Amino acid sequence: MRIVFEKRKTLSRKAIFLVPLASFFISLILTAILLAIFKANPFVTFIAMFKGAFGSWPNFTETLVKATPLMLTGLGVLVAFRLKFWNIGAEGQLTLGGIAASWVVLFWTPFLPPWMVLPLAILVGMLAGAFWAGIPALLKVRLKVDEVLTTLMLNYVAILFAEHLYYGPWRDPKGFGFPGTPQFPDFTWLPRIAGRAHLGLIFALVLALVLWFVLNRTRWGFELQVIGNNPGAAQTQGIHIAKNIMTALLLAGALAGLAGVCEVTGISRRLQQGLSIGYGYTAIIVAWLAQLNPIATIIVALLIAALLVGGDQVQMMMGLPASMGLVLQGMLLFPMLAGSLFTEYRLRIIKTKLRDAQSG
Amino acid sequence: MIISICQPYALCAWPFANFCFRRETKKVTTPILDMKGITKRFPNVVANENVDVELYPGEVLALLGENGAGKSTLMNVLAGMYRADAGEIFIRGKRVEIDSPRDAMRLGIGMIHQNFMLVDTMTVAENIILGLPDLPFVPNMVDVNGRIRQLSERYNLQVDPDSRIWQLSVGEQQRVEILKLIYRGAEILILDEPTAVLTPQEAKELNGILQQMTREGKSAIFITHKMEEVIAFSDWVRVLNKGRLVTVKQTNRTNPQELARLMVGRDVLFRLEKKDHDLGDVALELTDVSANNDKGLPALQGISFRIHSGEILGVAGVAGNGQKQLVEILTGLRNVSGGKIRIFNEDKTNKSPLEIINSGVSHIPADRIARGVAGDMSVANNLAMKCYRKPPLVRKGFLHPARILDLARRMIDLFSIDTPTPQTHAKFLSGGNIQKTILAREIDACRGLLIAAYPARGLDVGATEFVRKQMIAQSEAGTAILLVSEDLEELVGVADNIAVLFEGKVMGILPSNKADTEKLGMMMAGVKLEETTA
Amino acid sequence: MIELITSLMAITLRSGASLIYATVGEIYTERSGILNLGIEGMMLMSAVTSFATVYHTGSLFLGILMAMLVGGAMASIHAFLSITMRANQVVSGLSITLFGSGMASFLGQRLGPESNKGYLVGLVGAKFEPIAIPFLSKLPIIGAIFNQDILTYIVYLLLPAGWYYLYKTRNGLNLRAVGENPQTADAMGINIAKVRYLYTILGGMLVGIGGAHLSLSYAPGWTENITGGRGWIVIALVIFSMWNPARAVWGAILFGGINAVQFRLQASGTTIPAAYLNMLPYLATIFVLVILTWWEALSKRVGAPSALAKSYMREDK
Repeated sequence: MRIVFEKRKTLSRKAIFLVPLASFFISLILTAILLAIFKANPFVTFIAMFKGAFGSWPNFTETLVKATPLMLTGLGVLVAFRLKFWNIGAEGQLTLGGIAASWVVLFWTPFLPPWMVLPLAILVGMLAGAFWAGIPALLKVRLKVDEVLTTLMLNYVAILFAEHLYYGPWRDPKGFGFPGTPQFPDFTWLPRIAGRAHLGLIFALVLALVLWFVLNRTRWGFELQVIGNNPGAAQTQGIHIAKNIMTALLLAGALAGLAGVCEVTGISRRLQQGLSIGYGYTAIIVAWLAQLNPIATIIVALLIAALLVGGDQVQMMMGLPASMGLVLQGMLLFPMLAGSLFTEYRLRIIKTKLRDAQSG
Repeated sequence: MIISICQPYALCAWPFANFCFRRETKKVTTPILDMKGITKRFPNVVANENVDVELYPGEVLALLGENGAGKSTLMNVLAGMYRADAGEIFIRGKRVEIDSPRDAMRLGIGMIHQNFMLVDTMTVAENIILGLPDLPFVPNMVDVNGRIRQLSERYNLQVDPDSRIWQLSVGEQQRVEILKLIYRGAEILILDEPTAVLTPQEAKELNGILQQMTREGKSAIFITHKMEEVIAFSDWVRVLNKGRLVTVKQTNRTNPQELARLMVGRDVLFRLEKKDHDLGDVALELTDVSANNDKGLPALQGISFRIHSGEILGVAGVAGNGQKQLVEILTGLRNVSGGKIRIFNEDKTNKSPLEIINSGVSHIPADRIARGVAGDMSVANNLAMKCYRKPPLVRKGFLHPARILDLARRMIDLFSIDTPTPQTHAKFLSGGNIQKTILAREIDACRGLLIAAYPARGLDVGATEFVRKQMIAQSEAGTAILLVSEDLEELVGVADNIAVLFEGKVMGILPSNKADTEKLGMMMAGVKLEETTA
Repeated sequence: MIELITSLMAITLRSGASLIYATVGEIYTERSGILNLGIEGMMLMSAVTSFATVYHTGSLFLGILMAMLVGGAMASIHAFLSITMRANQVVSGLSITLFGSGMASFLGQRLGPESNKGYLVGLVGAKFEPIAIPFLSKLPIIGAIFNQDILTYIVYLLLPAGWYYLYKTRNGLNLRAVGENPQTADAMGINIAKVRYLYTILGGMLVGIGGAHLSLSYAPGWTENITGGRGWIVIALVIFSMWNPARAVWGAILFGGINAVQFRLQASGTTIPAAYLNMLPYLATIFVLVILTWWEALSKRVGAPSALAKSYMREDK
């Protein structure tokens, strides 16, 4: 007897739907085993996590707070991944967006009418994110430099730069040595809608819809699809690959940059430590679990945010490390990656040996 | 005495020579190879159904069949690349299980695949010893090289063991493949379309090598779809059609006409009807065009020709003589290093693919998987891939999915593309249906000039006929067509004129009604047209 | 001046060793056609587990063994996903890194002693001590080469041995063929999946030693994010060494050297902000990558195994 993968005759719709669902449950089981090893009751933990994320209105708004940057960076990663451009730089793009917005608020406010500061900060922040994504994109299309490394290395550079700013030249002189800039004036704060949840959430929801439409109903979206799928065919059909990679990455960077802007103007209201806490990396999980679909990204981002918030709650209530949430996230991807094969292939068990088949 | 009669180069002496061998090998009663009732299924198709093969020592067996008849699959089963779903294999009378290429090798079976199995970046010697089961942990390359030199002298297979594969010509690479099998002591050699990459003259040399090996008691099976080769190379012939064994014949008791009938499975080989029609203005004109290949070496030198509207110009030549670069410079995928390209009387030298597409040029690429389709997109989107930029598929700046679907349904119908739905991803289609998808898209969008590279390569009989008929229909409708092909029969049957490429130069252009295989073969080997007629 | 060079050399060697282990490991993995971007996570995991092992048992040997085990185990996840399940290797590697960083941080707060509430941070355990080779270690300038710990001495052997194995032995020949052209290797009777599994896991074990070197020799102890992106620099070093184990030394020397210069400048109280100095390795990686890619394009050389990151299945039809 042997087990082989056999190609299906057509894509399995059922598998597309079932695989992410099954992945979620498998990762729950794996995490439960891990928790049991460290003598924590998995059921109690999971229930605590769920309550922590959805148990009350304030908790739910916190989940929305975490979901917002995940949605925005997730959308950014998705655009790049559709082109098979492995943008791991959302973290840096987010950070640079935050830095640029802070720069506008801190240094341009005296010269601008108050109502203009926030829109300008958003614009400049998005441009900064786009710029940070544009560097690896340009290196890729001009010199074919591997984007995995360049986007990643630029994360470190952006984060170190931000640290340098709030520890050094931009540090609040009245902050008692606390690493952070002075608080922004209140007219530059991003309006909040519920709890700490802010306008950024609305941006994310609207942008997801727009992005879905752009990817599925415009010529540009069609071109991205062809390039991502088969650059050779795209080139043959006269599609300009370099130009499309550049525009897509500028968009990806701008989305991540917007996430950074929202974090500094909507949550911390200053540039401080804790801006870069891995949203940009988690965004990769979000985008992949959502199978690069903008609408699904919103839902997956919410789910992952729940894991993060739930993880924090567990830490407070049960003394489990907060990195529990990170572990769970990592475990989500493994079954998902393994399962994607089943959309195209199915298992076939061959019981008979050749000679039996002959006689039969 | 017999050996002197069996001069490998004396083609006409072959039937007699075969006769001599037959008498000698008749004493051996057990076949060296006996395959019984082999069946191999793929998800979409039954590739082999209950096929038997018998081979005696010192014998050359031809496996004849059209593309898609299941010849390669059958031999891949024997070489351990595929597993049969049913059937038995006996070697020297003993039943064997061949689960992997390693098993096959152990049993003395070696196969030369159609796409050579050589690692480009490694040396000849490294390729020859690769995967040998009894290789010492640290191979002594001096010994290996010595042994290779010895073998290459004995079989007249000149090749330097230290050169790297990418430095060798296709002919030399084939020699490495043969050496690889001899070095392993293979007793049963399988050659998959060995002459496809060779000039007719090189093919004769290969025949000589084969005969020398069979004289030493080795046996060979070679796959082909060319009747002349069956007659010239083999002792026995087995004909496959749609995965089934049609017949077994002793070669000297059959003739090409009979074989052709058996192979195609009907009485007459299809004749392509070509109506006489008037040619229009010049659609494509190349003046003294040169271009380099990826390594920066000249690939095309001083190419000049014209194609009129309604004309089909065939391009013949052994693979790797500049066909790829010719197609690429005409479609904007490669820049020329000199000369001019004019399309419909406008200068299109070194223009982008988009500009060339916009001037009405369609392109059927040689590599349909790498350049033709996006496998993870639907058939409908693949069909829309050329005209998605303009109305009716675009309305008010946005794509119109319903119209894309309409277009797809129309084309699926018109070109009888076999797909479950228009939304099925292209990668689930068979090769022939993928090619039909490309053909439908390119012909539909074509406005005057079609660049077609190997449009029927690897397709089954029906699809091949369909593709060829479409070419002719388009030319009758006034399209100028450049048809690059390796299949001389196809070129003579479809094209109006045939240009032969050799080392990036045009050896001459002759009307297809004046072309014959011999003349074309000489030109493919580098003889100019004037010299062949002289 | 001589004193400066000598101390630079010592730091370079010390910080370079872990890079070399991981680079040679990844070279072997990539040579088989598997791209493993999980190195950062694997190094973190093996750093934390090996330190915990050493802390509790006091045995450095067990610590290294544990690092190899953990590195190999994580690599086998990647191998399973990318070879058997034919998952996207980029995403699979990334998820190994994400999982590894989270898991390492989790374990860092769980594997410590009860007395420290399970935390490993701030604890001191056994570490590899330099062993001075008599006479040689006293030589001027190059003396530092002969005053290293055992892990670094093994590196001196690993480089030539890694090269010899890849280019001169039967196994190396098979390995190169699998990464260049799996169809051919398969037809020649080499078991593609077996070779790929073997070298992905072997590579993971070497990466594991690289991680253990950090927590047991270079910066003894456990701190969150002890690798500081070294796992990613390794990916660049593989490209830098053109997939040749012997050349891994140059990349490691370069990056080890940058590290050394950084330390030196910081110690000397320079006015350049620390953040900018800390950016150096990352900026250098980008710079080197750009130069190298540009040079490869000019000389039309491609060093990467042709089948890198491509899955292989025989009956794909």
